Amino acid sequence: MTSHRHPDDPHGGEESCGGLDRREFLRQTGLVTMAGVAALSCGCTPAFIEDLLRTRFTRLSPRKLDAVLRGLEADYATRYGRAVSVKATPALDGVEFGYGLDLSRCIGCRRCVYACVHENNQSRDPQIQWIQVLSMDRQRGISLEHADHYYDPQQVPEADRFYIPIACQQCRNPSCVRACPVKATWQEPDGIVVIDYDWCIGCRCCMAACPYGARHFNWAEPAIPTAELNPDTHYLGNRPRPKGVVEKCTFCIHHTREGRYPACVEICPVGARKFGNLLDEESEIRYLMREKQVFVLKEELNTRPRFYYFYAT
Amino acid sequence: MRRNLWRDTWQFVGGVARLAFTGSGWYLAWLGLLGLLILSGLFAYVQQYRGGLIMTNMRDQVSWAFYIGNFTFLVGVAAAAVLLVIPAYVYNWKPIKEIAIFGELLAVSAIIMSLLFVAVDIGRPDRAWHLLPLLGSLNLPSSLLAWDVLVLNGYLLLNIVIVWHFLFTGFHRRPYNKRFVVPLLLFSIPAAVGIHTVTAFVYNGMAARPFWNASILAPKFLASAFCSGPAILLILFQILDRTTQIRIKQEALEKIAELMAYAMFLNLFLFGAEIFKEYYSGTTHLIHTQYLYSGLDGHRSLVPFAWGSLACSVAAFLLFLVPATRRRMVTLNLGCLLIYTGVYIEKGLALVIPGMTPDTLGEIYDYVPTFTEIRVGAGIFAVGFLVFSVLCKAAVPIIQGTHSPAGDRG
Ligand code: SF4
Ligand code: SF4
Repeated sequence: MTSHRHPDDPHGGEESCGGLDRREFLRQTGLVTMAGVAALSCGCTPAFIEDLLRTRFTRLSPRKLDAVLRGLEADYATRYGRAVSVKATPALDGVEFGYGLDLSRCIGCRRCVYACVHENNQSRDPQIQWIQVLSMDRQRGISLEHADHYYDPQQVPEADRFYIPIACQQCRNPSCVRACPVKATWQEPDGIVVIDYDWCIGCRCCMAACPYGARHFNWAEPAIPTAELNPDTHYLGNRPRPKGVVEKCTFCIHHTREGRYPACVEICPVGARKFGNLLDEESEIRYLMREKQVFVLKEELNTRPRFYYFYAT
Repeated sequence: MRRNLWRDTWQFVGGVARLAFTGSGWYLAWLGLLGLLILSGLFAYVQQYRGGLIMTNMRDQVSWAFYIGNFTFLVGVAAAAVLLVIPAYVYNWKPIKEIAIFGELLAVSAIIMSLLFVAVDIGRPDRAWHLLPLLGSLNLPSSLLAWDVLVLNGYLLLNIVIVWHFLFTGFHRRPYNKRFVVPLLLFSIPAAVGIHTVTAFVYNGMAARPFWNASILAPKFLASAFCSGPAILLILFQILDRTTQIRIKQEALEKIAELMAYAMFLNLFLFGAEIFKEYYSGTTHLIHTQYLYSGLDGHRSLVPFAWGSLACSVAAFLLFLVPATRRRMVTLNLGCLLIYTGVYIEKGLALVIPGMTPDTLGEIYDYVPTFTEIRVGAGIFAVGFLVFSVLCKAAVPIIQGTHSPAGDRG
């Protein structure tokens, strides 16, 4: 489980199962006391106390992690009335994901948006969409200030417009991670920036800090129709989220760590979306970085995205 | 002679409570009114807790707004109240203890309010303990909010200790321990600058938001706080002067007013510098300032507030600048009111919201607070006023030495 390490936490995920270290012991004692006081003072539900006693993902021992995953599965099964699997597939060795988007092909059909909503169990009401497609005036070029976020013509593409889909850019220098006051979001070894939905306090610092509008907040209890729920989920990715926490694109972590493509890449009708391993010379993403000219959004902010845009034609 | 600390403490707490909650009909009615506001805020908050932050008008585009704006304003008040200790020392005003202690009391109340505003803003208050040092997982040194939580709580603690010491010794008619409390008082001055600077850095550090990402932000925070904090104290000192035996020298009031004029000048100057840079260079970043002062494509909800705030600040500056209007109580108080309004709008609305409008992808979402937000906010202000009222009520007789230390039963 070494891949679950937090970058600044050399022991994360490897805490020995036998003895708790002193800090951990103190922490546990403190929490149990707090939980007791809370329970006595307001007659709280067991779920509330369970939440209070939670350990953050990066500090879970393999055994505890397993217990947490099974607990979540049971919880979702009762909530949605169907079996849901929650995995925590770690990053693969020698893999760093990168994404390429061909602006000359994108027709602005938003199929990626809807595929992503389904694949990643985004709330239908209130509506959350990890991918935003912006429509741009050809006369102005790329200008976010003049983008249309809610374009709705009879038919796309429109002659005088072009389109830019934007989701999390999986920055190498992510300002969201820096801003989080409780280490609830971090960068995994394969470059995916993830959120522990059970540790996030919902302060939305990360949303203020992200230059790409990639982060979305659960303003209310998310609602997903049972029939539409995707039961193949990842702890750090598309499992159903609780109210009051932040979420965002994870490059379909539940697929890509198993060698599959993200849902948006699979659905795109014009093949505008490319995906691959940046560490592999032979990968498609490396090919297009070699053969085409790629650029990133807001490069002046030094976020160094792993999400590249290019014009193939 | 060894004193029985437990007994003394017990008597002190009981005595303070007795002093704080007895009083004239007007006083009790005031407390009652605050109680009602608190209840209304509490009900609104329970609704928000159940339904989620969707009860507010914040959305992904404007993800911080009224609550965080109030938080910022109140940190300024807390910082500035204590900064009054500086002139009190420099000019060696006689009722230094009085001035210091009311500054500290105001600081305590303001910090409590600002922490409450953060508490109602977070999506998972049940997990707020993740922010505790040691127990939680504070993201130090990189997260500015983590630093802010640390310094705000430290500052609260510091002020509570000072207030406690003054009142405790005063209550038992003992001299306060100069060697203990004066260093703490002096330390509270850089600490006050510290909390406000760190709070400014929370915004300042965000490269994603050009409206905040300007080095002028922290100095501007301090300048405007130097105006709003003393404005409250000026009014309070007059009330004390009228209703109690505590005498505040006219000269002291004027000095504070003069100081506020300088602070307001600095504030307006920094504002001008910022406006010049924005409009002269006219980059795409100008759009946030435009949203604030002239509106964008018919989105104008902040425009009247922005101009109102500016007008208040300029008018107050003039009132405080001219010695004649500074000396007359009516114009002085009007100036205080104007400053308070001006800075409240500047920090509460005109900092946070335009920073997020248009959002990072250029979308304009017109934010106005919901009734729930206003009720919760009013409730939090009522908590602060309640804390401040009862503390002042207890502090006045203790400082004057007109209370009975051993309690009713002798
Ligand atoms: S795009 Fe935003 S959310 Fe994604 S890694 Fe970069 S800063 Fe973080
Ligand atoms: S909202 Fe959650 S992930 Fe974002 S900064 Fe706050 S605690 Fe961290």
